[in-house]
Amino acid sequence: MLIFEHSRPGRRAQAQAPAARSDLSGIPEQFQRKCKPRLPEVSEMQAVRHYTRLSQKNFSIDTQFYPLGSCTMKYNPRACNSLAMLPGLISRHPLAPDSHSQGFLSTMYELQEILKEVTGMSAVSLAPMAGAQGEFAGIAMIRAYHDAQGDTQRTEILVPDAAHGTNPATAVMCGYQAREIPSKADGDVDMEALEAALGPQTAGIMLTNPSTLGVFERRIKEIADRVHEAGGLLYYDGANLNAILGRVRPGDMGFDVIHMNLHKTFSTPHGGGGPGAGPVGVSKRLQPFLPIPMAGTDGHDYHWLSEEQCPQSIGRLSAFAGNAGILLRAYVYAKMLGAEGMQRVADYSTLNANYMLKRLMDAGFTAAYPERRATHEFIITLKNEARELGVTAMDFAKRLLDYGMHAPTTYFPLLVSECFLIEPTETEAKESLDAFIDAMIKIREEARADAEQVRGAPYSLPVRRLDDVRAARELDLRWQPEEGQT
Amino acid sequence: MPFIPHTNEELRQMLDVIGVDNIEQLFDEIPEELRCGELRGLGSGLWEQKITRLMQDKAREDGQPLCFIGAGAYDHHIPAAVWQLASRGEYYTAYTPYQAEASQGTLQLLYEYQSMMTELMAMDVSNASLYDGASALAEAVLMAVRANRKSKSRRILMPASVHPHYRATVRTLVKNQGIELVEIPYDPGTGQTDLHALAQQTGQDFAALVIPQPNFFGILEDVDALTEWARVNSALSIALVNPLAMAVLSPPGEWSEQGADICCGDGQPLGAPLSSGGPYFGFLCSKQKLVRQMPGRIIGRTVDLDGKEGFALTLQAREQHIRRSKATSNICTNQGLMVTTATIHMSLMGADGLASVAASCHDNLLLLVEKLTSLGEIEPLFSGPVFHESVLRLPLEPKRALRTLAAHNILGGYDLAAHYPELGNALLVCATESRNEADMEKYRRKLEQVLTSRQGACATMTKFD
Repeated sequence: MLIFEHSRPGRRAQAQAPAARSDLSGIPEQFQRKCKPRLPEVSEMQAVRHYTRLSQKNFSIDTQFYPLGSCTMKYNPRACNSLAMLPGLISRHPLAPDSHSQGFLSTMYELQEILKEVTGMSAVSLAPMAGAQGEFAGIAMIRAYHDAQGDTQRTEILVPDAAHGTNPATAVMCGYQAREIPSKADGDVDMEALEAALGPQTAGIMLTNPSTLGVFERRIKEIADRVHEAGGLLYYDGANLNAILGRVRPGDMGFDVIHMNLHKTFSTPHGGGGPGAGPVGVSKRLQPFLPIPMAGTDGHDYHWLSEEQCPQSIGRLSAFAGNAGILLRAYVYAKMLGAEGMQRVADYSTLNANYMLKRLMDAGFTAAYPERRATHEFIITLKNEARELGVTAMDFAKRLLDYGMHAPTTYFPLLVSECFLIEPTETEAKESLDAFIDAMIKIREEARADAEQVRGAPYSLPVRRLDDVRAARELDLRWQPEEGQT
Repeated sequence: MPFIPHTNEELRQMLDVIGVDNIEQLFDEIPEELRCGELRGLGSGLWEQKITRLMQDKAREDGQPLCFIGAGAYDHHIPAAVWQLASRGEYYTAYTPYQAEASQGTLQLLYEYQSMMTELMAMDVSNASLYDGASALAEAVLMAVRANRKSKSRRILMPASVHPHYRATVRTLVKNQGIELVEIPYDPGTGQTDLHALAQQTGQDFAALVIPQPNFFGILEDVDALTEWARVNSALSIALVNPLAMAVLSPPGEWSEQGADICCGDGQPLGAPLSSGGPYFGFLCSKQKLVRQMPGRIIGRTVDLDGKEGFALTLQAREQHIRRSKATSNICTNQGLMVTTATIHMSLMGADGLASVAASCHDNLLLLVEKLTSLGEIEPLFSGPVFHESVLRLPLEPKRALRTLAAHNILGGYDLAAHYPELGNALLVCATESRNEADMEKYRRKLEQVLTSRQGACATMTKFD
């Protein structure tokens, strides 16, 4: 039932608005609204009850195991939320003067320093509001760098075939062409294909390491050298930073620019699909191009670096300072972990992934890269099950929901057929991992007994499988009152 | 080990299953020379009491000044229920609703959000949000360039009365695609976009005209004339509006005869705290025929296998995870949690509640202007009608007045000197429903002292000349 269906003309949550005092005397009639928008007219309790009930139709980290590969669905500590909402922080106006901003600005400065250290980069800007915007900033900086060198013939960004869809889309938004580089059977980048693709037209390469195939790119140093020799720069997609936190740093691998997904590695909430935060870090040579604003200090007080101080910056990415509240949460998380805690993130997320991979292989499931170590995530392919039992990865995914677990990422990366990309994260206890493996074994047994049963899943959720074709063909994107009603 | 549940016994068991002696071995594929040593400068982890104390100290440093700054971020009351509900783990810790059956809560809420936004804007369709108002304007510009079938132009008319930070953001986000922003000046008398200057562009080819309402100066634009000009000149019209103001002002869908083609803006006034500028959310609505050019998530209502109503992501063929380099945008996430708060906020307020808040803001602004101009030497700089912000001309540099006011814990407004030096001593002030008469009286008294002491200082200087 939609909130609109609880609505009755004349009903209101009276406590939530001032008594009307105004006839809008200062606003000439031509500017005034003639027709009232048909927003819900409900009591406060009705709204609370409706949205509480709706929330109960969601899976979430707080209620279910959520091994969504590449998304790092780990526990979001409650302190991060409550401390980011302390009165002086939550009510600070973005244009407040420095005299009323030292608490906030010092936090931003310290977070920049923390992120520099964990990534091994020379400088960090917190401006990007999400991973995809961080990618944009990164590639825009690569372009600004080449332009500043007078090197305008570089038109291509190389992207491995396993990359996130945001990578090629970002290259295009920055005015580049995306050129795909294949992966080898062992999951590493095909060096011969890379060599063949490199040339004076190469602006750079976008890599995720560990890659989305769940393996560490072993020849990264060599790739970095080859790309640099060709005059290109290396972009690090930080989607999988959780796997290497405190173990290896992108700066040490030879990357020139990186983005971090704080909503993954630094445990800020995913919020049903955002807000995220996608800070960028750069090597020395890209430092002048970082997006603004950035926090600076004279050793005593903190301030925003002015546009005059950053004349070569690629510019602003948002009206103010990015998703500041998310940055505060990430800061709290980083401080609670400390240096040792950071490394444990990589250690235990990797432990959990390797444990699951081994147990699934022992149970007869097929690893996509059986010779390789899992990183913080790994891929199994259900192509045998699909062929022999007629039950696809999607069927397994939907049936897992019935077992009270969120499905792993399905059908990504695109080059492994019938795949599950599984990322347990470090905050999951062994018994959750065991329950997932048991469920997978059970579902395969069900499929052997009655494939149709599995193909019809889920059965225990608020809805069964939805008609996506109808959703796209007969577009129904908004509630409209029935004929004759107002 | 904060947030890691493993016991030593479990660690042992798991390593045995994997067949390694220790965790270190799990990293054996990483070349030795790449490993980093201990991270420096991070210190030891803090337990919750310590980090709480640290953050409380920081929050206290920033204080809670009396704020009369608007300029794109507004201090509105947020019903207690909004964040209590949005902080429920089922909203707070869920992800993008890829598994529709396990995400009906978020999906239905987003569908309700789309419905509310289209009502408030009087537009046909809405997406499920973008990052913020400034980046939403950039996406609207890109969308217009893709969607305008009558024009191949990559030029956009951008009034100087649009928020300077918005214009800067759009520049950053579109310049690499060869899109040019052509500035239209404002009328120095009214503060509105200069229609005569616009008329000089008649006959030239533009992809779109941006129309702010209210504009950065708080002034109401002649939106009907601007929308009509765009239509006649085959440019798409992009409305950039304050959503709260739309509760009382003519909405984009009703501008001129046919309405604006695209509308966007920042959703902050709908339940997002100031929070140093974010997270807020950007909204984007359009006419039905442009829906396939929209960036970002869109939710549709459909049915399940049993014919029961349900909600799902739809039109995904526009998006990066399917189309990759041919997507409408690289955007992946939206601002889900902020849309959750906005949807609950709009449900609690209703059309009447939003209208009375908007009206209260308007009243308070008029009262503030009245009080401050009563000091003499201060006057509104523009003659155009206003919503809840106004530009005042001061008899001294605003930064000097603002510094003294800040010392008394009053943030007196936003100094326009950096972005509009031609306006002289111009200060943009704002009053929302959260300011009361006593607040404004306090501001008036302190400003009076600033003016008096300045006169005193001048008199002293004259004496010594």
